[in-house]
Formats: sequence, C-alpha cells, structure tokens
Amino acid sequence: MKRHLISAADLTRDDAVLILDTAEEMARVADRPIKKLPTLRGRTVVNLFFEDSTRTRISFEAAAKRLSADVINFSAKGSSVSKGESLKDTALTLEAMGADAVVIRHHDSGAPHRLATSGWIGGSVVNAGDGTHEHPTQALLDAFTMRRRLVGADAGIGQDLAGRRITIVGDILHSRVARSNVHLLTTLGAEVTLVAPPTLVPFGVERWPCEVSYDLDSVVAKSDAVMMLRVQRERMNAAFFPTEREYARRYGLDGERMARMPEHAIVMHPGPMNRGMEITAEVADSPRCTAVEQVANGVSIRMAVLYLLLGGNEPAVTATSTPTEESK
Amino acid sequence: MSKILIRGAKVLGGEPQDVLITDETITAVGTDLTVSSAEGAQVVEAEGKILLPGLVDLHTHLREPGREDSETVLTGTRAAAVGGYTAVFAMANTFPVADTAGVVEQVWRLGKEHGYCDVQPIGAVTVGLEGKKLAELGAMHESAANVRVFSDDGKCVDDAVIMRRALEYVKAFDGVVAQHAQEPRLTEGAQMNEGIVSAELGLGGWPAVAEESIIARDVLLAEHVGSRVHICHLSTAGSVEIVRWAKSRGINVTAEVTPHHLLLTDELVRTYNPVYKVNPPLRTERDVLALREALADGTIDIVATDHAPHPHEDKDCEWGAAAMGMVGLETALSVVQHTMVDSGLLDWAGVADRMSFRPADIGRLEGHGRPISAGEPANLTLVDSAYRGVVDPAGFASRSRNTPYEGRELSGRVTHTFLRGRATVVDGKLA
Repeated sequence: MKRHLISAADLTRDDAVLILDTAEEMARVADRPIKKLPTLRGRTVVNLFFEDSTRTRISFEAAAKRLSADVINFSAKGSSVSKGESLKDTALTLEAMGADAVVIRHHDSGAPHRLATSGWIGGSVVNAGDGTHEHPTQALLDAFTMRRRLVGADAGIGQDLAGRRITIVGDILHSRVARSNVHLLTTLGAEVTLVAPPTLVPFGVERWPCEVSYDLDSVVAKSDAVMMLRVQRERMNAAFFPTEREYARRYGLDGERMARMPEHAIVMHPGPMNRGMEITAEVADSPRCTAVEQVANGVSIRMAVLYLLLGGNEPAVTATSTPTEESK
Repeated sequence: MSKILIRGAKVLGGEPQDVLITDETITAVGTDLTVSSAEGAQVVEAEGKILLPGLVDLHTHLREPGREDSETVLTGTRAAAVGGYTAVFAMANTFPVADTAGVVEQVWRLGKEHGYCDVQPIGAVTVGLEGKKLAELGAMHESAANVRVFSDDGKCVDDAVIMRRALEYVKAFDGVVAQHAQEPRLTEGAQMNEGIVSAELGLGGWPAVAEESIIARDVLLAEHVGSRVHICHLSTAGSVEIVRWAKSRGINVTAEVTPHHLLLTDELVRTYNPVYKVNPPLRTERDVLALREALADGTIDIVATDHAPHPHEDKDCEWGAAAMGMVGLETALSVVQHTMVDSGLLDWAGVADRMSFRPADIGRLEGHGRPISAGEPANLTLVDSAYRGVVDPAGFASRSRNTPYEGRELSGRVTHTFLRGRATVVDGKLA
C-alpha cells in the first residue's frame, strides 16, 4: 500500500483486493463481544472536516477507535478555520501535535492531494471526500458490499468483481462517489454504466472507462447492482432538470423498476436518501436495498484502510482462520 | 551629449549592424560606424545578439494602487525592463479601480517618476468594473495619462448594450475597448478548462464556448457600429476561428495571446498546484497549437503577458482557495522564443511585430513600437537568443513569484534594455 489514500485511481487490483480482504477480517471483530483491537494503540488519527458530514466522520471515528488509536476531531465550524486560518496553518498545527494520519473532508477538489504533496505534514492522508473529485473509502465500502452480496463473505476472499454489471444512477456531474466508483469498480473488473439526464453527465465523460446511458429502463434488467445517488435539491434551481417529479419519474427507482432487475441484483445508496426523489420508500425499505449494510461495512473498510496505512506488516487480527496477503 | 554604440547586433534578426544612440535618439544604423560619428561612444558588444525594438505589453497588472503586497508600479516596471519591455499598459482592476481621471493620472505619474519603463494606464469601461454604467471614458482620455485603451479586464462587459455603447463612444477619440471575453453565467464556479481533465478532477469547468460566444457577439457588434475591438488573452482554437472569420469580413478586430497559453496545457492541473490556476484557464494541446498557428499567420495580432502578480499565501493553499493568474513579464520573450522562434513558426522580425510594433499601434502609443532607424526614439531590447537557463523565481525583479515556469529550462535572455537611450538593463541586470 502507498502512504496515502487520495484517489481510487491510485489503487491497483491487488491493493483493492487486499483492502477488501482486510476489511472482511475487521468485520469479524464487530461480531465479537469486545469490538476492539490493540493494533493502533498510541497512534493519533485526526478527523479534519471542513464540510459537515456526521455520517462519514463518525464512521472514521468508530474505525480508528476500534483499532485503539487516539482520535481527534477537528471541525472547521467554530474553529480557527472559520476565523480565516489557512489549510496550510491548520496542517502545520496538526503536524506539531503529532498526527500519524489525517482524514480530511474538504469542499475543494484536490485539497487532500495538496495536503499530501505540499510537505506541510508528514503523516498519512486519507481522503474522506473532496469537492466533486473523489471519495475512495465510499467506493471501497461499496465494492465490499457488492462482493459480500454477489460473491459471498467467505467465498469472496481474494476475489474481485470481474464481469459484474454495476449501474450508477443520478447526479454523476457533482458526484465524488461516482468518480471513485468508476475507477475502483473497473479496476476490480466490473462493467460500469452511468445513468443520468445529459445535464448531469460531466463534459468529457467519453474518456471514462464506462458506458453512459440516458435511459434507466434500458439498463436495470442487465444490472447486478444499481446504485442510486442522492440528488441535491439545490440542483433544481440550476435547470439541470425541470421538476423533482419529472426527475423521479425518469431516473428514480421505484418498485416497478426494481421488479425488472435480476433476482440476485441489489439496490445500493450511499446515503442520505431523498425518499420520493431518487428512490421510493418501497425500494429503500426492501431487503434488496443495502443502504444500512453499507454503513456497517464502512466501518470495516475504514478500519482496513487505517490499519494498512499505519499498521505496517503485523497481522491485524490474531487467531483468525483465513490468512490474507499481509499475514502470510 | 551621451553616445552609445551597439556593435554588431542582428537588427530584427537580420545581418549584423551597428546602431548609434545619441541621447534619446537613434542617430545612425550601418555596418561600420566606428570611425567618425561614434567617437567617444560607450560600446556595447552585441555580436550574435538580436536587436529588437523595445517590447510593449498591452496587458499588465501592476496592482498599485491597492495591492502593493503583490506588486507596485516600481517593482512591476523593473520586472518589465528585465523582460525587455519599454512600455506597459497597466490594467484598471486596482483598488480603487482606475475608472476616473484621478486614478489613471496617479498610475501614469508613478511610472514616469520611476523611469524603468513607460506606464500607459488602461481605463475601466464601467464604473467599478461592475458592467452597469460607463465610466468617464472621455475624462480619462483627456487626462495627462491620455487613455486610449479601456478594459474591465478580470470581468467581462457582458451586457450587450453597455458593450455596444462603449464601442461607439470611444470612437470620438480613437479609443479601443479590450474585452475580457467570459460569459459570466457559463463560468459560475469555474476553476479550470472544461474538458477531459476537469471531468476527472472534479473541478468546475470553464467551457471554451463561454469565451467564443462573447467574441462572436463582440465582433458582430464592432461591425455593426463600425468600431474597433480588441480581444484580451484569447485562449481557444474556436476563438481563433471566429477572429479569423471576422478579419476576413473586414471587421476591425485585434487579439492577443499570452505566453502561457502558447506553452502550457490543462494537463498540469492534475498536480492541483495553484501556480497553474489562471483566467482564462490553461486549455488543451489542440488549443495551444491553434494559438501558435494563429500568432504566426497574424490572426492573433500580439503577445500580451497578462502579468498577474499574487502574494505567496494566495497560491500556497488548496486549488479552490487560490487566486487566478501568473507573473509573466520576465519570462515572456523566452517563452515566445521557445514556442514560436525555435519551432520555426516566426522569425525575429515577426517577434518585433507581435511584441512591439502592433501592441503599440493597437494602443496608439507614441514613441514605442518604432522601426530601428535613424531619427527614431532609442527604445531597444538586446537579446541573447543562444542563452539557455532554468527559471529561478528567487531572482525575479517582480515582487511576486507566482510563475508556472519554476525549474523549467527556457531559451533566450534579455541582456540590455534601453528606454529613450538610457540603459535600464545591462548584462541582464537592472541598471
């Protein structure tokens, strides 16, 4: 593994499979009565959040704590950042406090890259979502969820997603989740199709390693997983589509469309969901929808990432039955 | 009486000649001036070097008044002299905005006092660059600064009626409006060129059509009202096509390209290093090649630097928070040599045309952009075109260091600059 996790595009197939396999071990810890490992004892993980995101922040916090790391939460609101402190000075402050890893969520695309390459800090940088660029741990937890559901938790060890057909629907243009997923899923051998109204497809998408369709109905029947992205209500004012109702009719997933998916296929959503907009309540609450499972898997994936970036070569979990790459 | 003899220089890249300067004027040009008339002259040995008319930059941000932390008239004109310039046009987006006779006169006087390079202020087209109400264009013209070029640069005069009126109004005193062509609605939140790279990086796109649609509108407006119009920092292949079409129709349009748009592409943005953040943004390889072709064939009239100094902290940050712009005065000629001369697209006479004669003519600037012949003002630039060197911003005369060329090897170096017979640069150093 590299020292930082900035982009899903930086991961090789073997890197990604190693993370998924490690996450599978971590998931078993969650089934124990004491959900804690001593692996990162004495290490400090800083959650540096310039954007509100309670869900992602507590997921990283839970992951670090289960590995016994010390966790510092640094939120931009009400801190020196809101008084005009620069990213550089914030980074230098964290460096002085001895951060071993900085988990950063930032509204500007490229901020984690800048943090990792500017020389401001020496620790590992984990991108927890930057602007409309990437959100690699989300893509990893999505891939993890797909592998568990479509291949199996034990059967999936060492496996990728070769030949699986994944459809991602919604606001691709502004979605860091979609960008990271396109990179990661294709690296893992899956075939990705993006579905959106043409206004929400990025200019230049023809160079991405995936298909693009404007017609959801033509692809649902051929999908092993359909991932619905949240459509932010503020897009309404920018003429990306005429009305919420029209969007829901053309690009929302309802029971009827879900019924046309193959029997084994799953519905995914990174959350938070707009029920009634991109997904109906019927679909969101169905057993085929993995939204809640994705949240649980997020903790396992983030444990795996922090462990692999900070933990070195020691086995993450002792006395497990399945040996993985790094414990062989 | 002071005499300087520049010996053996290739005038506009041609055969070696001697050039004699007496006080402020070129008094003789010939092959052997050493005998009589040059007696007692200080000799500048210029064998193998290129002698050009003093360069003229139609697009410089000197930042004074208001942002003296990034540049002043003094530091900016020193940088200009080092770059081989004898005149620069100072853009109006200062604090306060150069939208009154008082501000343009202040800038003009500062340039005169320092004496490194003539400073010709540009006046704002609209009050406060807000695009709503015409500034007192006539008053700025009648001031001591004698303003002839008007621009809201940094902002587009996007209201078609205001643009039409400005184009018409400045005809009364042979003025020209220099348009920053950027359709504002199409570029809300824009961070870089809209294309393959922006799609991957998730940075807000600045589409080529936002520039091209304004240029198309403005050349048609200029035709309709019979005015001339100048296009600032043209950056796309499509803009080249529109200007080429307009010129073929006889529309009185001129256009400039920056050195960075002749060399750099949006691939550099992958580093997320804000030193590459500029407006208009770096475009694609295809655009770069089209701009070079257009500069060579005269569709694009001039090279202008868009020298945009920023303090270190405005670039030492994340991309989204960074200021747009790069310094350019001290590297412009090297970049033009690299992209245009060394590549065989333009000879040195062409460089003199695009960087001195034509910019002075567009701005109606007297005493600059003149031929190198007896009786002309001695505004001259001597270039060592064989020089190779790595750009080190620590050595810049500019107060700012935001160059995209740090560590890059460029060719050519200005060894001497003469402003009305007085050396402002000697052996590559400020005199």
